[in-house]
Amino acid sequence: MLNQLLASLVDGLLIGFVYGVAAMGLTLIWGVMRVINLAHGPIIALAMFGIYFLFAGANLNPYLALALVAMAALLFGLVMYGIVVHRVINAPHLSTLLATFAVNMMIIGTGTAVFTTSPFNVDFDLGRLTLGPLTLPVTRLIAAGASVLVTAALYFFLYRTPPGKAIRAVANNRDAAELMGIPSSRVLALSFGLGTMLAGVAGGLIATFFPFTILSGGTYELKSFVISVLGGLGNPLGALVGGLVLGSLEGLIPVFLPVNWVPVIEFGLFVVILLVRPSGLFGARQ
Amino acid sequence: MTLILQVQNVSKRFGGLQALTDINFELPEGEILGLIGPNGAGKTTLFNVINGVYRPEAGRVIFRGQDITGLPPYEVARLGLARTHQIVRPLNELSVRENVTVGACFGRRNYGLAEAQRIADEVMGLVGLAPRAALMAGSLNVAQKKRLELARALAAQPYLLLLDEVLAGLNPTEIAEMIQTVRKIRGQGITLLMIEHVMHAVMNLSDRLIVLDFGQQIAEGAPAEVSQNPKVIEAYLGDPRLAEQLGMVDG
Amino acid sequence: MISSSLRQPGLWLSLLLVAVIGAIPPLTQSATLRENMFTLLMFVAFASSLNIMLGYTGYVSFGHIVFFELGGYVGFYLLSAQKWPLAAAAAGGGLAAAALALLLGLSILRLRGAYFALATIGINEAMRAFINNFKPFGGPTGMSLNFAVYKQYGGPTQALWITYYSVLALTALVVLVSYLVKSSKFGLGLVSIREDEDAAMVMGVRAPRAKTWAFVISAIVPGMIGALFFFKNGNIEPGDAFRLHMSIEMIVMVMLGGQGTLLGPVLGAATYQQLRTYLLTSPIFKNLQLTFAGLSLLVIILFIPAGVVGWLRARLPRLRRVLE
Repeated sequence: MLNQLLASLVDGLLIGFVYGVAAMGLTLIWGVMRVINLAHGPIIALAMFGIYFLFAGANLNPYLALALVAMAALLFGLVMYGIVVHRVINAPHLSTLLATFAVNMMIIGTGTAVFTTSPFNVDFDLGRLTLGPLTLPVTRLIAAGASVLVTAALYFFLYRTPPGKAIRAVANNRDAAELMGIPSSRVLALSFGLGTMLAGVAGGLIATFFPFTILSGGTYELKSFVISVLGGLGNPLGALVGGLVLGSLEGLIPVFLPVNWVPVIEFGLFVVILLVRPSGLFGARQ
Repeated sequence: MTLILQVQNVSKRFGGLQALTDINFELPEGEILGLIGPNGAGKTTLFNVINGVYRPEAGRVIFRGQDITGLPPYEVARLGLARTHQIVRPLNELSVRENVTVGACFGRRNYGLAEAQRIADEVMGLVGLAPRAALMAGSLNVAQKKRLELARALAAQPYLLLLDEVLAGLNPTEIAEMIQTVRKIRGQGITLLMIEHVMHAVMNLSDRLIVLDFGQQIAEGAPAEVSQNPKVIEAYLGDPRLAEQLGMVDG
Repeated sequence: MISSSLRQPGLWLSLLLVAVIGAIPPLTQSATLRENMFTLLMFVAFASSLNIMLGYTGYVSFGHIVFFELGGYVGFYLLSAQKWPLAAAAAGGGLAAAALALLLGLSILRLRGAYFALATIGINEAMRAFINNFKPFGGPTGMSLNFAVYKQYGGPTQALWITYYSVLALTALVVLVSYLVKSSKFGLGLVSIREDEDAAMVMGVRAPRAKTWAFVISAIVPGMIGALFFFKNGNIEPGDAFRLHMSIEMIVMVMLGGQGTLLGPVLGAATYQQLRTYLLTSPIFKNLQLTFAGLSLLVIILFIPAGVVGWLRARLPRLRRVLE
């Protein structure tokens, strides 16, 4: 029993790392510009397709493909910010919510038409590694490691590079940052691009685990909401920890309850946190 | 002499910052009490405690004999205590008339829509906004928005009106007009507690002054006395422009 | 905006539109048109009721569909398992939806802006997941109606017409209620909350109570329509009922027509639904219906955020009394 619990826990933790990266993308955008990117899910799905086509079509190693997909996601975010978000950034919240949702609808609509809803699969297996009582798929281990690397890189970027510091300044107080000569629109575009890039990385990693369709992103988007609130909206490290928490819950709950109860607990927890401690477990960046 | 407001030992803290320490004063009905002090002294915070936006850590606020400490702002408003904001808060997508009607509907008397509209028309006449009644509140200039803020508060027919820097941002003509309006309001029997930085106005209008500095009450009394008080002078020397206006320093 | 007379032309224009739409099926006696208009009227009712929260109070709910769903489940249960008559079951559905709204009012309505929006998504998902596990409501397989039930209403065709007229009546009702709210003191309180909730409270508006009442009022008709819809459908299952994208489409309809106006949601819902039906049947656009919808939404948000009616009101001030 203990072995089963341990196995389930570790399973959940490994995927939790990737959930965390996904949520980081969402929470970063919120933290910097108070926008909830409702196109988050479809971007994750697009990244999955990106990996598929580079792997199946060009025979590229998925992890190399990931680098390309990440760049594409960054570019996508920059363009999306420029066309869609920039005009409504200072409008009431509803406008940004609906604008990003419009992009969501467009991606899903076109994606369904082009790719249909049949599942795609990145058939990439690196075997299993045995660590003591646990047998773990290598792809999951690599994904967890990649997630940690990405988080470290993000923090390095935010705290040790000029553009990163500019982002933190704008997140803290946009008007003051502008007064100090920081070009806030460009910084906002960059932040949005970073957020979508993280979504892309997460999608790319998940593509190595499960089959997917253009609609798969939706589940991860919902999970990202829950995790972001859990970890504190605007707090990337909180998002990573939140991802681990959610992953563990998803791993452990099915041991005790029918698996159908997982979403009930997930969303129940979500609502409870919003009510009781909306700043999350680790404090939001208000 | 009935006391319309009693603030007793009020303290307010935000995390590590002690915003108000042991504030104590009484306000008799019909008086105009001026609340002055350098920027950041805690004057608006005190207003927020009085009308229920903040709950004090210690102390009580008594309005017309009733303990209103910690009551939500809408209950305080319905008891007959209205206030204006330092940074005006017009209801932008509503017309001027609708804005003032809101004040009348939910204030001291529970008026129906038709009666409230009638009162709104009256009050708009009093403050000089009648010609702009149909305009969107968001389209007014600063001075007009200040008058709107005042009209909304008056429409509630309050016993006590808290004015937060109602003269800020106005030119000398507008200030003179507003001073007249404030006198008219007092003439209608409304008691006034005013935060103000425009020294000549507050000196002229107030029956008494209270001075706050760093959240503490450093002086209280008639305007002439208070302006000679060494502690007050010291507090304002940190703000030389005001000290000059108080006639303390040769400018 | 404020005018408490029932002779307001804006009200009659909206009701007229509903009546015209509603009259098409009985005049043509066409079953297809009846089904189309049923769906159209349903969305007009949803959009109008959502407008009370979104347009008047300014609270964006991404979960408005949850009232339709819960009302549908409760109504269906009362009808099939408890053998209640249709009218009572529909009332039960409405009441259940109102009760949920009351509960939510006491809890998530404390949240503002995006937090509230997220909470409504959470509620919708939690409700779906919960009902998926709830045995009395059939769990993942849902519930089915014994065909014999339709005999009680004069046979299936008759039953379909009965539900049609009921939904037509409910749609007219919600438009009327929306007007009454808008022209009342209560409605004035709601719009002041929308403009500046804190300032409104300082002026004496009891915001928590007002928001909850708005929420409850917006929930009742969708709940009743839910019961009627699933009665007509013959069965109900979690996948059918709890569709997040339907909530979003309702928001699009309100925004397209013009949030906060009376005519806006009616026009927006009718237009969007018709457009959608056309796209679904056109060979070129069939697969791109969602893309087209997304693009339209984006264009509205970026260029005409006040919606069609809002835009017209700004351009043609003389017609303001009519374009209510």
